[in-house]
Amino acid sequence: MKPRRIREIFWFSLSGLCVAIVVGMLGLVIGFIVVKGASVISWEFLSEMPRNAMTEGGIWPAILGTLLLSLGAIAFALPLGLFAAIYLVEYSRDGKLRRWIRIGVNSLSGVPSVVFGLFGLALFVNFLGFGACLLAGSLTLGLMVLPTIIRATEEALKSIPMSFREASLALGATRWHTTVRVVLPAAVSQILTGVILAVGRAAGETAPIMFTAAVFFTKRLPTGLASKIMALPYHIYALMTEGTHPAEQISMAYGTALVLLMLVLLVNGAAIFFRIRARKGKKW
Amino acid sequence: MVDVQLTHRAVLPEELVAKVEIEKLDLWFDGVQVLKGITCTIPEKAVTAIMGPSGCGKSTLLRAMNRLHDLTPGCRIRGKIRLDEMNIFESGTDVYELRRRVGMVFQRPNPFPKSVFENVAYGLKIHGRPGRAELDQAVEKALRDANLWDEVKDKLHRSALDLSGGQQQRLCIARALAVEPEVLLLDEPASALDPISTAKLEELIEELQSSYTVIIVTHNLQQAARVSHYTAFLMLGELVEFGVTDEVFTAPSDQRTENYLRGIFG
Repeated sequence: MKPRRIREIFWFSLSGLCVAIVVGMLGLVIGFIVVKGASVISWEFLSEMPRNAMTEGGIWPAILGTLLLSLGAIAFALPLGLFAAIYLVEYSRDGKLRRWIRIGVNSLSGVPSVVFGLFGLALFVNFLGFGACLLAGSLTLGLMVLPTIIRATEEALKSIPMSFREASLALGATRWHTTVRVVLPAAVSQILTGVILAVGRAAGETAPIMFTAAVFFTKRLPTGLASKIMALPYHIYALMTEGTHPAEQISMAYGTALVLLMLVLLVNGAAIFFRIRARKGKKW
Repeated sequence: MVDVQLTHRAVLPEELVAKVEIEKLDLWFDGVQVLKGITCTIPEKAVTAIMGPSGCGKSTLLRAMNRLHDLTPGCRIRGKIRLDEMNIFESGTDVYELRRRVGMVFQRPNPFPKSVFENVAYGLKIHGRPGRAELDQAVEKALRDANLWDEVKDKLHRSALDLSGGQQQRLCIARALAVEPEVLLLDEPASALDPISTAKLEELIEELQSSYTVIIVTHNLQQAARVSHYTAFLMLGELVEFGVTDEVFTAPSDQRTENYLRGIFG
């Protein structure tokens, strides 16, 4: 065989191998969690309160807490991010200002999540006096996913052709009208994709809620924004590091991890659905 | 001289009223002068063609007339454009009302990703809150005026993006007509269309001329000769010649126009 052919086979096989490793690892992670966690999954596990120092019962409060935290984070971050992105793409004329804002937003997305946790503790919990609760945790998570939402919305808005805006403006529409009636409807599927991925990220984070919202155990389900809550990622962390029955707690932790994994995969599945829809509707 | 067909277009409308007056118009993009001292008067209810080689500023001139350059950072304008005596660049001008009065159709058909009906209704909804019956009526009228009604009446609620290119362009005209403009700016409206669609579009332009002041940018000489009463010839941002189409094509007063018509450059 010629050396050229050998080189070709070598590099082709090597890159194929890398793909196999990546896919294998992914399969391994999911498989590992499923095998270790599946044994504790039951209707009772999903729907009941924990009992006997976390060694029995379910994780319903943690599931509910994670759902509420994610929803709260989005309720805070979506309007803020949406309007910020609309301003950046549709209104701001000053390229320099926009560049600085963009650098700021990008830097914000590089900040480690534990730093957001500390910031949330300082601002929401202590300074504003919310205490550790659903509200403080949601705001902290919202702040963390804000850059993702702004970026996703910006990209979505930018992908809408200028010609749509011109057509609308040439008919005598204001920029706001053009944004609301033409640009946003055309961009909504793509924006939703980004937002859903942000929800998925918020749902899985531990560090931002450690100091701001989550507790290892509460007797009551959350009743309002001021309630302390349980959450899936923090529950896993707590089961592995705290408590009095480490051995029994481990299997509960894997069960919780499996639930969290499924939840995040489900959310990402929804994102894929919207992405496909966005692509299908796009004919321009 | 280029072989162009001069038809009944040579016949002028009986009464000429100035609709758009352009006076010493200079325009810069980021300090580069694109239009230089353009002065001309565009008559009402006639078709005026703006022609010239690529990059001569003809689209730029057209887009100045509905102040679409407002959106372009780095664009500076000096001079006046009067629409019925009103200088459109004056600070008190209601730019949204101006754009309602001066409709525009673009080079590439750009219907919104909405239904045929919603496309035409869009402008009406911006400028008021029409009732359902009123809206139906206005949409039908606009589509009829754009010679499109018969082709789309059974698919009003289907996506406008499913129409052919020529139909999309006539839809864009219907969309512009729906808000009852006085002036219609057409920016090379046939450049993305096949010959049959182009013929239909030119036929439409001919019909529109009786009710609207039509200004059409084109780099197609035959088209300018076929559809227009008046022709402006632009080169490198200067208005070289403006006059009755017939005369501009047969006896241009400027050597540059003659050279262009002979195909020496451009």
